[in-house]
Amino acid sequence: MSEDVLVSARGLEVHFPVGGGGFRRAPAGVLRAVDGVDLDVLRGETLGLVGESGCGKSTLGNALLRLVPPTGGTVTFDGTDVTALDRRGLKEMRRRAGMVFQDPFASLDPRRTVAQTVSEPLEVHGLRSGKRERAARVGELLELVGLDPAVAGRYPHEFSGGQRQRVGIARALAGEPDFLVCDEAIASLDVSVQAQVLNLLRRLQRQLGLTLLFISHDLSAVRHISDRIAVMYLGRVVEVGPAAAVGSAPEMPYTQALLSAVPLPHPAQERARQRIVLTGDVPSPSAVPSGCRFRTRCPYVFEPCDDVDPALQPAGAPGQLAACHLHGVVGTPVTATPEGVTADP
Amino acid sequence: MTAGEPVLEVEDLRVRLRTPRGPADVVNGLSYTVGAGETVAVVGESGSGKSVSVLALLGLLPARVATVTGRALLQGEDLLTMAPDRLRQVRGAGAGMVFQDPMTSLNPVLTIGRQLVEGIRAHGDVSKADARSRAAELLREVGLPDPEGALDRYPHELSGGMRQRVVIAIALSNSPSLLIADEATTALDVTVQAQIIDLIEGLQDEHGTGVIWITHDLGVVAGIADRVLVMYGGRCVEDGTVDDVLERPAHPYTRGLLGSLPDLAAPVGPDGEVPELTAIPGLPPPPTDLPQGCVFWPRCPVRADPRCETEQPPLAVVSRAPAGGPAGATASGAYTGDGAGLPHRAATWCTEGVDGGSRG
Amino acid sequence: MTGAPVPEPGNSPDTPAGAPGTSPVATLRPARPRSRETLSLLAHNPTAAIASVLLLLIVVVAVFDETIAPDGANDIEVADRLQSPSWEHPFGTDDLGRDILSRVILGASVSLKVGFLAVGFALVVGTMIGLLAGYYGKWVDDVLMRFMDMLFAFPAVLLAIAVLAVRGPGSGNTALAIGIVYTPIFARVTRASVLGVREEVYVRASRSVGASDWRILTRHILPNAAPPIIVQTSISLAFAVLAEAALSFLGLGTQPPDPSWGLMLAEGRGYIQLAWWLAFFPGMAIFLTVLCFNLLGDGLRDALDPRQRTLMAGGGK
Repeated sequence: MSEDVLVSARGLEVHFPVGGGGFRRAPAGVLRAVDGVDLDVLRGETLGLVGESGCGKSTLGNALLRLVPPTGGTVTFDGTDVTALDRRGLKEMRRRAGMVFQDPFASLDPRRTVAQTVSEPLEVHGLRSGKRERAARVGELLELVGLDPAVAGRYPHEFSGGQRQRVGIARALAGEPDFLVCDEAIASLDVSVQAQVLNLLRRLQRQLGLTLLFISHDLSAVRHISDRIAVMYLGRVVEVGPAAAVGSAPEMPYTQALLSAVPLPHPAQERARQRIVLTGDVPSPSAVPSGCRFRTRCPYVFEPCDDVDPALQPAGAPGQLAACHLHGVVGTPVTATPEGVTADP
Repeated sequence: MTAGEPVLEVEDLRVRLRTPRGPADVVNGLSYTVGAGETVAVVGESGSGKSVSVLALLGLLPARVATVTGRALLQGEDLLTMAPDRLRQVRGAGAGMVFQDPMTSLNPVLTIGRQLVEGIRAHGDVSKADARSRAAELLREVGLPDPEGALDRYPHELSGGMRQRVVIAIALSNSPSLLIADEATTALDVTVQAQIIDLIEGLQDEHGTGVIWITHDLGVVAGIADRVLVMYGGRCVEDGTVDDVLERPAHPYTRGLLGSLPDLAAPVGPDGEVPELTAIPGLPPPPTDLPQGCVFWPRCPVRADPRCETEQPPLAVVSRAPAGGPAGATASGAYTGDGAGLPHRAATWCTEGVDGGSRG
Repeated sequence: MTGAPVPEPGNSPDTPAGAPGTSPVATLRPARPRSRETLSLLAHNPTAAIASVLLLLIVVVAVFDETIAPDGANDIEVADRLQSPSWEHPFGTDDLGRDILSRVILGASVSLKVGFLAVGFALVVGTMIGLLAGYYGKWVDDVLMRFMDMLFAFPAVLLAIAVLAVRGPGSGNTALAIGIVYTPIFARVTRASVLGVREEVYVRASRSVGASDWRILTRHILPNAAPPIIVQTSISLAFAVLAEAALSFLGLGTQPPDPSWGLMLAEGRGYIQLAWWLAFFPGMAIFLTVLCFNLLGDGLRDALDPRQRTLMAGGGK
């Protein structure tokens, strides 16, 4: 890809040591939260990242901004290697990349006023000199997210969830970022408030020309807001492509199951529809199956799935990629290692 | 029990809570019935009173802060005036409950088997060995792999979906005539949610259990409910068959709620654009300070009648399902009483453009 | 869908001045500084309020001791020795004929000064150690906290005696000794509180906008980790006053003829059957001060608890 790519991950890994504890704290195993992700976020697009809980989508979002240190692979932000940035470079990168968090009740410091919270990026990066200019900018930002600037002096506990989330968005936008990561930003909100925030994010994305990574478990919301959709399963992106294609004609069996499980508010359609009900649970990210990681639940599992770790390959619509052997056996053969089974590098 | 006879009849249920900010009218006159084998969905956002209304039914609200009035007949017996001992028997044997978070409704230090056996023995004179084999049978019924082995496991050793299956097994252990599921699938992933919904529907068909399904998710409602009751500000603002309410919503709030949902099936515009959502502005009213007129008035985009602001609209029939039509109530087969001709009611002064007008 | 236009929330801000009941901001009380709120909550707790007033009184007495005390600390009237309480000497006189009321008043400043200095030392040093250990974790935590554990494992009185033995007796060194003994307590309380706050999403949010460690520590972690430290301060003050009394009683703290409550208690011990007032009044002074600090600590604990805050703030309206 070319200069159209703003953020790019190649072979990105975030592994956490698990278990152990005790006196010497020797880890008993490795939790592969993110396990070899290749993903490009194009400049000016909204990329939706969906997956079920524990699939590593949040960790991926955090790793792209180096809020969680990657243990392998690379991340580039606008051409620079994020994993190699020094303190100053990292600070500038964080000005250019904002984050909106899931729980609006936990993401605002309860002891700081809305103005203090929203102006923090301004102070940190020296973006406005003087109290007056900063206060004016905070007012602008609050107006931008649909809040009355007069509420700047209030504390978070005086606001509802939706209003707090708007404050969180204002903070993320204060540094005039190019890139905004929304990590389950609507998951803790009521339905009617979710719609307000979704509309707001879409409007802001267009108005400010933002590149948006919208992480959510809610396929309907992702389908609604995204230009492209990436689907994660057990630490890996297993399908990516234009929203219309992935959201209505997915090529990876997991995405098909996910899509068919989303309940729709239309009784007639609901009654008529055939759900693909997956058997069993998602395997633990500390014991990832060999070969295709979806093979333990896949209804189409066949011979190469055990032995070859599938790579993303073109499937379906133009620009659509799926990691599935049904579209041709492409990928890395597996070999056994003492600590389990992993893909050969 | 004969088919169609209501399992639960709730009449004019009201709950007032004492709060530091003054009395809060959390539920204001709720009436509905649940038939055998029927699923009634109670839909609303947080603070709408949907959860409190069922907690009140089972006497699970602390008497110190809650005043509950009205009538709630479970197979003819009034739950609200029942002696505490009898009520304890009814919970479990008469009505089982499944809550949102399976981790907190299971005791983390007791094995699954112990918790099931306890429930079974509390409601009947059963030997320990018999109770244990019944427990294993229940676990098999809810689709737990290796039910015998699972009896000796602790809750944390199971996944979220499996824990919720265990909670369902406990709720069903005494074959209750009513199952109350309070946001039972909200904490689960969609693929697991699909499994649990399938499970409950299957069990319901088999045992003829009446189900109250409390949720905020209209998608889930469309799939499982026979009847829907939409709550807002502690009132029922609309009720009717699932087709009536979701396809021909009459109350501006229900319409707003449906418009707020990003729809996977929504048609995409010619330029590939997904249309903007019609969000409801503002926030629900606090239960300590309900509006004088229609509860939805402060956020309502319609306000087409002068009475909206000052006078509370009654729950009135807006249309009647065509006789013998494909009403949702018959879909599950068991409930054939009043369901087919069930009225579609809404508490609003603004009803024009509703009859015959279908959404979408 | 019906065609009625729904206002776009982005364009119509959720103003507090909206229709009645639309916005919770409208129904909530106006913003108040947190410290003022804590004070007003404290005022709603009668026990803590009385304790605060008494403490304030004790502090005022300690500050203006020279003016308030009827006699000097060492005005010896041998003729008036061991007189029982009377109008002239409300608390009686001691074996050298010194006015006990005056000595209790003048002793207040010594006792409180040692208490405040000791707790001040422990607060500053202990909080800093706990903050660094809790925030950075890993080897910083290991090194600092093992050192604190060593201090903590040492019997308190023995440690204080050791410090005084090295540096010699006197109120300044007494304060230092008590301060060192209390440092690990503050370090532990701070560390535990920081460990909780460190994982809060708003700390990650602050890091996500590029804030430095120093900024995160001072602007977010310390203010949110403070409540248990404040409560600990109040309770430690009580113990420090007691410790000063104990050390002076043992002859290691304040030296005669300076008045200190503990020392007066020690000196009155020999006359307990002959003249009870020698030990009784300084004992009462210690008792009252310690009790007030403890009650204030309890009150602060409640007032700083955020759940309590919403409950009481709502009820007080």
